[in-house]
Amino acid sequence: MEFQAKELFAKHGVATTLGVVAETPEAARAAAEEMGGVTVVKAQVKAGGRGKAGGVKIAKSADEAESYARDIIGMEIKGLRVNRVLVTPATPPVEEYYFSFLLDRSNRSHLCIASVEGGVEIEEVAKTNPDAVKQIPVDAIEGVTPEKAAAIVDEAKFPAELRDQAIEMVQALWKVYVEEDATLVEVNPLARLEGDKLEALDGKVSLDDNASEVRHPDHEQFEIREEADPLEAKAKDKGLNYVKLDGEVGIIGNGAGLVMSTLDVVAYAGEAHGGVKPANFLDIGGGANAQVMADGLDVILNDEQVKSVFVNVFGGITACDEVANGIKGALEILGDSATKPLVVRLDGNNVDKGRAILDELNHPLVTQVDTMDGAADKAAELAHQA
Amino acid sequence: MSIYLNSDSKIIVQGMTGGMGAKHTTLMVESGADIVGGVNARKAGTTVELGGKELPVFGTVEEAMKETGANVSVAFVPPAFTKDACIEAIDAEIPLLVVITEGVPVLDTAEVVAYLEGKSTRMIGPNCPGIITPEESLAGITPHTIAGKGPIGLVSKSGTLTYQMMFELKDFGFTTAIGIGGDPIIGTTHIDALEAFENDPETKAIVMIGEIGGDAEERAAAYIKEHVTKPVVGYVAGFTAPEGKTMGHAGAIVSGSSGTAQAKKEALEAAGVKVGKTPSETAELMREVLKAL
Repeated sequence: MEFQAKELFAKHGVATTLGVVAETPEAARAAAEEMGGVTVVKAQVKAGGRGKAGGVKIAKSADEAESYARDIIGMEIKGLRVNRVLVTPATPPVEEYYFSFLLDRSNRSHLCIASVEGGVEIEEVAKTNPDAVKQIPVDAIEGVTPEKAAAIVDEAKFPAELRDQAIEMVQALWKVYVEEDATLVEVNPLARLEGDKLEALDGKVSLDDNASEVRHPDHEQFEIREEADPLEAKAKDKGLNYVKLDGEVGIIGNGAGLVMSTLDVVAYAGEAHGGVKPANFLDIGGGANAQVMADGLDVILNDEQVKSVFVNVFGGITACDEVANGIKGALEILGDSATKPLVVRLDGNNVDKGRAILDELNHPLVTQVDTMDGAADKAAELAHQA
Repeated sequence: MSIYLNSDSKIIVQGMTGGMGAKHTTLMVESGADIVGGVNARKAGTTVELGGKELPVFGTVEEAMKETGANVSVAFVPPAFTKDACIEAIDAEIPLLVVITEGVPVLDTAEVVAYLEGKSTRMIGPNCPGIITPEESLAGITPHTIAGKGPIGLVSKSGTLTYQMMFELKDFGFTTAIGIGGDPIIGTTHIDALEAFENDPETKAIVMIGEIGGDAEERAAAYIKEHVTKPVVGYVAGFTAPEGKTMGHAGAIVSGSSGTAQAKKEALEAAGVKVGKTPSETAELMREVLKAL
């Protein structure tokens, strides 16, 4: 969110105005009073187009700030509820520019995008006036040296009187990118204020989860718990790789690729069964023991939309008998709270033993189907009937 | 024949003494791969018994290569140390480096990929299952029991979809199956593998498995159109993935309208690649292709 991006900007010496985060209209009023004069009240959500959605207002007084905050807090922008606003002193820009560093997957390196034709959406500028948007590759080993920063500023054609400030800002933004392990650091608008002062008026930072895990324990503070889907939050607590979707067939599988494929196969199968869809992505990885399976099932069975569950496991490293024992153990752990039909497809390593364990278990909720397509069809059918 | 890996490959393991490293070194030894030692600076000079084989531990990749003639290294090093392990292997000029580790910071990988420029090492991964040339060698975690030797070359971003596809086509078998990894930045790409399979006389047809995120599949499609004469059958996972959510693999994310499965499928089909709707349909398409050859 904007206020978090600005905290990271400030930490690395990028000129910006932090403002005050307010979760209530009263707090917004107090902040505006403290600042005096004209303020901006901005919705804080992880979504673009906040202005267009009515989530950014200019308040001439503390009264107005309070009233705008009352309108904005609780509104939805692109499906996200606004829980807080950022109140900053209004600093009308003389000119607006665009600047970002981002991970360039295609070229397996980093890219700087800069434009002095800011103020509107950069995608628009790129379409209507592509020459105005400069794309400058950044070497992954050398990074942004003072010389590189100067080259970027000159290529983007920043006004001469802002050159030194811009060079400094580009280096500071690169520091945010590298030292925080970001995959995107974006300033839009980068504003030229009265008195030729350059400032990051709004921004966005995307962080690399892998790097946060490895070397940025402090990044945890950017997770805002109440904004996460409750099932996703629960899964995360249990260390599960889960994404909530909008559908009726719960999915458990091993390996990210196989699980993505399972969702697709279920969606196709669903076309013949009233249009039922996959309810989630859940990758339980290699070690599908009873506890992991129980945790996974527990999350999925708590999804009220779910009508059936498809467990799709290919025993590669994992043996199918271990997975079958995992399912057996999970059903014991869950007991009466397991109420929805389970379609299980096991294949690969030790498949005969695995299937025999489930045959012997003869659990009323469990149906075994030998193929992935057949099992998806069965799971969709059961979800449609329920 | 095969690509990148064969019965002459002598393999060392970086991180052999860790949990994952020891487990999979054992499995590699059991598969018949020629594992010749491991690297761990703190345990240099000792030996470890894995899979019934006494394996020497060396202080550095360079030393291990000198003592054993190793030409492949498989890395199971924790993510925080992966960058340094890769740079060490590249500096030692190991011909093939397979990085299994999941969770490597992407800035580290970007740095390693830049470092590879002009060097003699080919890197596969990170976050990948590695490479298998059935009945010859295994550098990674792919189960060696799924399928035997045959005419198909396989390249995939995903580990379990590699296993699934090998299983579906075990009646034909594979020259080499390579999992290139699911991270946003990787060493060996679909295009590299396609080029190698095109040049491998034993490979008669190629299965290419992709997934959402980035534009690697689109670029591969363009490459196939221009340079690949062998039949290619494709599969793409993630049609139902929502925008902006990471689906397990760090690189598997649809951003705005880019990186969708639909766009990848269309690009591949435009390049003359038959794309299956499900893994089993894809296998069926491959069977038809092979029967027609």
